[in-house]
Amino acid sequence: MGSATPVDGDCGSGAVRTGNVLPLLHEIRHALQRWLDAGEPAMIDLRSIPMAPGEEDELVSLLGEGEVHARLSALGPSDIYETRFPGVWLVTHYNDNEEIMSRFIEVIDMPSILKSQTEDIRDGQERLAAQLR
Amino acid sequence: MAKHKSLLETLQHQGISRRSFLKFCASTASLMALPPAMIPAVASALEQARRPSVIWLSFQECTGCTESLTRSHSPTVEGLIFDAISLDYHHTLQAASGHAAEAARTAAMEENYGNYLVVVDGSIPTANPGYSTIAGISNRDMLLETATGAAAIISVGSCAAFGGIPHAKPNPTGAVAVSDLITDKPIINVSGCPPIPVVISGVLTHFLTFGTIPALDALGRPKAFFGQSIHDRCYRRPFYDKGLFAESFDDEGAKKGWCLYKLGCKGPTTFNACATAKWNSGTSFPIQSGHPCLGCSEPDFWDGGGFYKPLSTPTEDIAATLVYGAAAGAAAGVALGTLNHARKTRAQQAHAPVTVDDLEKGDGQ
Amino acid sequence: MNETEFLMWVRGPAFQIATIVFVVGVVVRVLEILLLGRKGNLAEARGSATAGGLRTILTRMWPDRGTLQRSTFTVVTGYVFHIGLFVTIFLSAPHILLIRDVFGVGWASLPTTIIDATTVVTIITLLAVLVYRLTNPVQRFLSGFQDYFVWLVTILPLVTGYLAFHRIGMTPPMLLAIHILSVELLMVSFPFTKLMHAFTLFMARWYNGAIAGYRGVRS
Repeated sequence: MGSATPVDGDCGSGAVRTGNVLPLLHEIRHALQRWLDAGEPAMIDLRSIPMAPGEEDELVSLLGEGEVHARLSALGPSDIYETRFPGVWLVTHYNDNEEIMSRFIEVIDMPSILKSQTEDIRDGQERLAAQLR
Repeated sequence: MAKHKSLLETLQHQGISRRSFLKFCASTASLMALPPAMIPAVASALEQARRPSVIWLSFQECTGCTESLTRSHSPTVEGLIFDAISLDYHHTLQAASGHAAEAARTAAMEENYGNYLVVVDGSIPTANPGYSTIAGISNRDMLLETATGAAAIISVGSCAAFGGIPHAKPNPTGAVAVSDLITDKPIINVSGCPPIPVVISGVLTHFLTFGTIPALDALGRPKAFFGQSIHDRCYRRPFYDKGLFAESFDDEGAKKGWCLYKLGCKGPTTFNACATAKWNSGTSFPIQSGHPCLGCSEPDFWDGGGFYKPLSTPTEDIAATLVYGAAAGAAAGVALGTLNHARKTRAQQAHAPVTVDDLEKGDGQ
Repeated sequence: MNETEFLMWVRGPAFQIATIVFVVGVVVRVLEILLLGRKGNLAEARGSATAGGLRTILTRMWPDRGTLQRSTFTVVTGYVFHIGLFVTIFLSAPHILLIRDVFGVGWASLPTTIIDATTVVTIITLLAVLVYRLTNPVQRFLSGFQDYFVWLVTILPLVTGYLAFHRIGMTPPMLLAIHILSVELLMVSFPFTKLMHAFTLFMARWYNGAIAGYRGVRS
């Protein structure tokens, strides 16, 4: 899966194309339209789509990098950044060995995983209270 | 760790945050090949999921399936799953041996009767029970006994699912699949030689998450992973459609990454998730590294007429059949021809010309 | 029998049986005809029988103007579906692989899109041929069970091949197995039906041409 992999497992990866990159970009465009019209978020699992070697990198570089870049450290790191197209986010979850566990494209104003969770806030509040006691 | 804690409690116990849990759920949904819209459902199901007891039985197998699972390169997800299940018996992995090991199995069965999960890798010999035994118990007896209280059985690997390599001709041990012996329990076949690690853990996770059997195809395999053929999801498919094929392993076509159909690729008749899930933490899969698919997740793949024989070619020696057929046809043709000729000659000899007398006789009547 | 076992049976023993029936049947029938022999012609030869025979085999490849004008539909559809059958059988990659596997010789294949289009044209033409056979009073009167049976075993491999290529309706292994089975049905019925014309046609043309050539006239 892309650049994070050190091993070159490809053979004859010259100019192979599944032709899935362009339809995916169109899907993202439609998802943006739905977000604008109805506030309906969308999420695409990149693991479920057949990609030729190099195609995922091509998609990622076409989407580019925008203004926001966040890195989680929760059960291993996660890379979350907004692409050149506001509202289109690339979310990559890694495990402790920096291997990709899952990768999503999210169309939303902010990926929900960035938000602080009520349970965690409560837990933190209790810890702070305990510290001040 | 208490056995009846929910998975959420287990994770909380380990000091894992809600955000981490949500990340885990997102990766788990992806692992189970569920659409991202299902992530909230996965989260709420996992919150309540109980830690199931798992009894893992290894019969006529090569341990490749266990290797595949334990060497899987996403330790966080699989590791959490193994924290979340209670693997009470696995004679390859467990520390205990002999009577102590068997006692663990019996204890797990009694304690969780009707609720535990049985995972089987390997086929079961039926020709002679002595071909494969554990602690003096034949594979068949152990399977039948262990299956009685199982909630479901997961057959991991093509051996347990379809008989696999032990079942290949001439099948000296009389090897059969789990489903040949057990008919009254839900059985999930996770075929492959070995199965893709994320598929094994995906199926375990599905059971853990929802406590149900996923949708299965006609061969008892989860549709989420085995719903589409390798060919349908292969990135080299466009070359097949254009008629561009590698003719040998080192020609121009092979170097350009063209379709491997002519080199015997079984992708069109093989159902598995290799083309999308891939192997070695998503690095590659056989076709991507230039080798045709062997069809290892299909029944009797070992007897499929040769790994390098194209799918459209016959599996028997048709050239010899043609020669013998033509010879037999020629012999029969000559014999029949001679008979026909003799009949024709006889007919000619029996032929008598019509005389005037004959005609007059006819007129007279 | 699961679908994989079915596919293996169809690719293995069933194909072998079909091959035996086909080869034995065709060889026996051709030999029977040849060994029956013909009476020697006592008249003096006015031309070459061999040249006449060979020429007629070639000239009958094209319809004479009268026939073409009288039965345009039959002639044109006949050409279309026969050429279509030739292209789909002998120029598609999987079939050439089979031929190479059995005979050791192969040739270049056409792109699948062309094979696909040819298949559709051939199927439509064969359907038109059936409609014509059913609606034309003379053809209908002359047609018996065998004519419809032969039509069916000819169109089945085309339809099943199309479905197998596009994976419509069933799982790919099942579709492939059914396609191969339909071809085996064709092979098994071949020697015992009018399908034998693929072989006897040339013998008949030869006789016609040879008789005329011997007499020194054009056939």
